[in-house]
Amino acid sequence: MTALLLFSLGIIIEKATLILVLFLVTLGVAAYATYGERKIAAFFQDRLGPSNAGPWGLLQPIADGVKMFTKEDFIPNQSERWIYILAPGAFIFVALMASAVIPWGTTLTLGGLNWNLQVADVNIGILYVVGLASLGVYGIMLGGWSSNNKFSLYGAIRASSQMISYELAMGLSLIAIVMLSGSLSLRTIIEQQADVWNVVYQPLGFILFLTCSLAECNRAPFDMAECETELIGGYHTEYSSMKLGFFLFAEYINMFISCTVISCLYFGGYYFPGLDPNWLGGLMGPIILLSKSFFFIFVFMWIRWTLPRFRYDQLMHLGWKSLIPLAILNMLLTGAGILFFDK
Amino acid sequence: MAQYLFLTLAALSILAALGMVFSRNPVHSVLFLIFTFFCIAGQYILLNAQFLAVVHIIVYAGAIMVLFLFVLMLLNLNKDTEPQKSTIWRITAGIASGMLLVTLVGALRGGIQVSIPENTNDQVGLVENLGKVLFTDFVVPFEIAGILFLAAMVGAVLVGKRDLKA
Repeated sequence: MTALLLFSLGIIIEKATLILVLFLVTLGVAAYATYGERKIAAFFQDRLGPSNAGPWGLLQPIADGVKMFTKEDFIPNQSERWIYILAPGAFIFVALMASAVIPWGTTLTLGGLNWNLQVADVNIGILYVVGLASLGVYGIMLGGWSSNNKFSLYGAIRASSQMISYELAMGLSLIAIVMLSGSLSLRTIIEQQADVWNVVYQPLGFILFLTCSLAECNRAPFDMAECETELIGGYHTEYSSMKLGFFLFAEYINMFISCTVISCLYFGGYYFPGLDPNWLGGLMGPIILLSKSFFFIFVFMWIRWTLPRFRYDQLMHLGWKSLIPLAILNMLLTGAGILFFDK
Repeated sequence: MAQYLFLTLAALSILAALGMVFSRNPVHSVLFLIFTFFCIAGQYILLNAQFLAVVHIIVYAGAIMVLFLFVLMLLNLNKDTEPQKSTIWRITAGIASGMLLVTLVGALRGGIQVSIPENTNDQVGLVENLGKVLFTDFVVPFEIAGILFLAAMVGAVLVGKRDLKA
């Protein structure tokens, strides 16, 4: 009985530590993604970017955080007060939850103990991520609606219809991956890519998934929700202070998580040719996965500062008339490939 | 442990369902309903049916309720625009629904004595087993449901294209 109690206490401590570390890492990555975005944007536009706060402007995210917290927190008089407060919290909560099922590495040996680098190895891992992606829309909808501002409402409606449309193509391109690996668990999907990455079998699926991730994260060229030239600031026009900060921050968290999921599904997760994820006491796995994830964050920013924004009807046409048929075709081809080549 | 979780979830889902019925603002109703769905998904997880739980969240909370919220926001229903029913209507509705309740209770009384089978296999709700059962024992209903969905999809597209003349 005591042994069992000690055992479960050990698991609780292990998981709690892992969750805390993940939380801090996610927030840190999101904070420095804002810095990266501004530096990359500056590079693409031939300027310097943030350079005054600390060496190379490295303290800029901290300065931004302090600024967000100390600004006046304004709640519009005609707003739905409680929903207005709830919306940014719900948005960032959903964004932070997705990292729970991502396997960050094999096992980490630290202080003579083995740490399992995944909070929960549920056998429906990838569906959990899809579920959270579909819940992410509530923060935007509620925030836009409760502000009682027509531009916020337009932004919210655009964002949610866009997210609903692109979820379909995203789910359909995921089905091809599930067909290949025969499992919904992210750990199993990665383990099967130890030799050959899924992107070799699924080039079309990868492009579809990447496009849909851009749309789900509300990133340019799909950032209809906060199209400044038409909608002031989109769904968060009325927000100020840290409530606005939550919205902006959660978008960077979403971007980080979707880049990690792309790495796990199509680019072998913590595997890299010639590198063993068990090196450095297991620390090599997270390093490989995070490097891949950072590369895709860079790709996201590259796309944002290169492509112009789509028009809204073009966005809907692309989603419904190109991506969904292509995803269904990809599914058929994958099925035929599995049947004939017995991969 | 599971007992307490079940009782907490059950109480929360009933409270949220009541909140959905009694709140005057339709958006609040939708939010309460979403919370109810989460509680029910929690019950599924307690029964080891993770797949069912997450599909429940994706389909109901992630898709259907988003569309509900969407329509409510577009119509912008508020307390002011809600049609006020007169007292006689309220009394009539109360009597009618009360009689329906009495009928239902009378019909179901003594009917629910099905012994709940002991959960012999706690792996039964996992997606592999669910898939096998769906494609062997229940393949006909499964395929019929698939055809029904296809028909519904074609119908939805047709309704959407109606004013295009064919």
